[in-house]
Amino acid sequence: MTEAGTNSGAYAPGQHPDLPPPKGSAGAAGWMRGNLFSSPFNTAVTILAAILLYELITSIAGWFVLDAVIDAGSKADCRQAGSGACWAVIKIRINQFTFGFYPADERWRPILAFVLMFAALAPLLFDKTPFRRQMIWFAVAYPFIAGWLIYGGFGLVIVDTQSYGGFMLTLIIGITGIAASLPIGILLALGRQSRLFSIRIICVSLIEFLRGVPLITLLFVASTMLNYFMPPGTSFNLLVRVLIMVTIFASAYIAEVVRGGLQAIPRGQYEAADAMGFTYWKTTRLITLPQALKISIPGIVNTFIALYKDTTLVVIIGLLDPLGIGRAVLADAKWNGLSTETYLFVALFFFFSCFAMSRYSLYLEKRLHTGH
Amino acid sequence: MKATILSILGAVVAMTMAVSASAGTLDDVRKRGHLQCGVNTGLPGFAAPDDKGVWRGFDIDYCRAVAAAVFGDASKLKFTHLTGKTRFTALRSREIDLLSRNTTWTFSRDVDLQLTFVGVNYYDGQGFMIPKKLGVNSAKKLDGASICIQTGTTTELNLSDFFRTNGMKYQPVPIETNAEARTNYLAERCDVYTTDASGLAATRAALDKPGDHVVLPEIVSKEPLGPLVRHGDDQWADIARWTLNAMVAAEEMGITSKNAKAMAKGTKNPEINRLLGKEKLQGREALGLSADWALNVISQVGNYGEVFEANLGPKTALGLQRGNNAQWKNGGLLYAPPFR
Repeated sequence: MTEAGTNSGAYAPGQHPDLPPPKGSAGAAGWMRGNLFSSPFNTAVTILAAILLYELITSIAGWFVLDAVIDAGSKADCRQAGSGACWAVIKIRINQFTFGFYPADERWRPILAFVLMFAALAPLLFDKTPFRRQMIWFAVAYPFIAGWLIYGGFGLVIVDTQSYGGFMLTLIIGITGIAASLPIGILLALGRQSRLFSIRIICVSLIEFLRGVPLITLLFVASTMLNYFMPPGTSFNLLVRVLIMVTIFASAYIAEVVRGGLQAIPRGQYEAADAMGFTYWKTTRLITLPQALKISIPGIVNTFIALYKDTTLVVIIGLLDPLGIGRAVLADAKWNGLSTETYLFVALFFFFSCFAMSRYSLYLEKRLHTGH
Repeated sequence: MKATILSILGAVVAMTMAVSASAGTLDDVRKRGHLQCGVNTGLPGFAAPDDKGVWRGFDIDYCRAVAAAVFGDASKLKFTHLTGKTRFTALRSREIDLLSRNTTWTFSRDVDLQLTFVGVNYYDGQGFMIPKKLGVNSAKKLDGASICIQTGTTTELNLSDFFRTNGMKYQPVPIETNAEARTNYLAERCDVYTTDASGLAATRAALDKPGDHVVLPEIVSKEPLGPLVRHGDDQWADIARWTLNAMVAAEEMGITSKNAKAMAKGTKNPEINRLLGKEKLQGREALGLSADWALNVISQVGNYGEVFEANLGPKTALGLQRGNNAQWKNGGLLYAPPFR
């Protein structure tokens, strides 16, 4: 107080500069005192929680990292070398988890297709991509290029789809389903609101039928029933059957999400477009659809993430997706019993891909936010 | 990205419409250039990929044997991985030529599903595994237990029969795979795990403390596992059946993958000479196979005993004894009809 008193004369009233807050009431120490140690009870709870966290983190880190074994030839070796996780099974089998049983000499092809995917996606996802206009043509051609690279033909060795597996299979099914279901879903949503009776009825019954049937049922139809409808001696590739089923299933859900967006647009928007003399397609393309899609982004991404994770259901019809590969790896007597490591690894893969998708959707929402 | 669907359609035309005339399975297989064999998605000892991605196992080796008989090359073979629910439709809809997926031979599968079992290559039976600490020593004391059971299998039906016969109740915990069963069993979500005894042995061997778990003495079912083909193509069924018989007979006659080539030059035993193509085997031409078909099977894959030892026997992680799967002369059930 004496110090403040001596200085008081140097400033005009109200001009005294702000003094720092009292010691221990700001910064990390202040925050801790206010939030963690404000009363004896809170202090006790804080200490208890700290001990629990410490125990939890050290035991998890111990299992994951410190006591984990990375180099070993079998589960028995692992158990001898350390008490933690046996990541050796992932290390040795990483190629199977990634490519399934795709021949080793040809693995550069799916890798190249994967890298090119980003080049194709960039102009679609980010509007600041250089040469965006030209790149979009590449994006249109990309599915053909990727199909050719992965399957082969025209100079490349043909790799049978039965050897596809692992993360590669998940990406093929997931990305195809996502990319194809959006346009089909939008068309279905528009068709559902059509004034033409026949179009409306077709779209409504398709959407309602697909939404009323579980995906696994459709997959069983794809894997077991479709072959009975084909002429004898015809074999229709299982992976393609699955791709078609996954795509139409996701389309029905996208259609409903987009319909929600279309219905949220005020009546006045349609009337204004009519008053300007816009045709139906012009109204849709320039006025209603862009707004509807913007509103629907969270719902669309939600559907995509659900679809992406649903791809694991193909394990039930015998396709070797990461879970299927995990099952096969665990059937090898050398690694039998390491299911925790295997399934955690697969779970991490799914978490990171889905997390990336949801972050992108947040970015897109912020960028398209026009504030009304 | 939008055009993915178009590319799929394009690719469909190019890569999937494999139309083949269905003259006979053998002709189809020859024309295709490889055998399409339906196998498990992963079962210890019977079908599993090794570290290099090559599938190995008891069921896999039978597929290799048929490929060797047809092409003289055991590697002309591709696998379709099938679950318990998709295996029979895959065979009936001609997706595969042959199903070698630890499948139990039953009346209804043979007759009602119109499939032909070509023999038994493993005599199994359903057993129960239970933690030692529960103190149960007989399956008849399992009243009220919760039981992990794979859906879509004969074990499910056997279990319900066994409990009904003995007037007991149980709580089923349905699971899909062996690995899932193991996890559920270890987490004590079920008291008991039941499956074929070979599967129990594999599961128990892979536990961290196998000694803490017991396999109960009761074997409650007969599970003759064998390969199968479609009804209606007897020539193909004969090829599959006599390939299996050749492997069993070769063990009985002492022909192994190592000495087969030497024995093929001629021995004192006329049956060996007929089997290995040195002397005429009446009717072989009708089977549509070359004279050295059995020699190829045995020299490239091995006789039954060799295949058993390599995949299931005491030296493997499964550590199964021959038991019922020994030759009839050694007290087992393996009995190949004569090659005459």
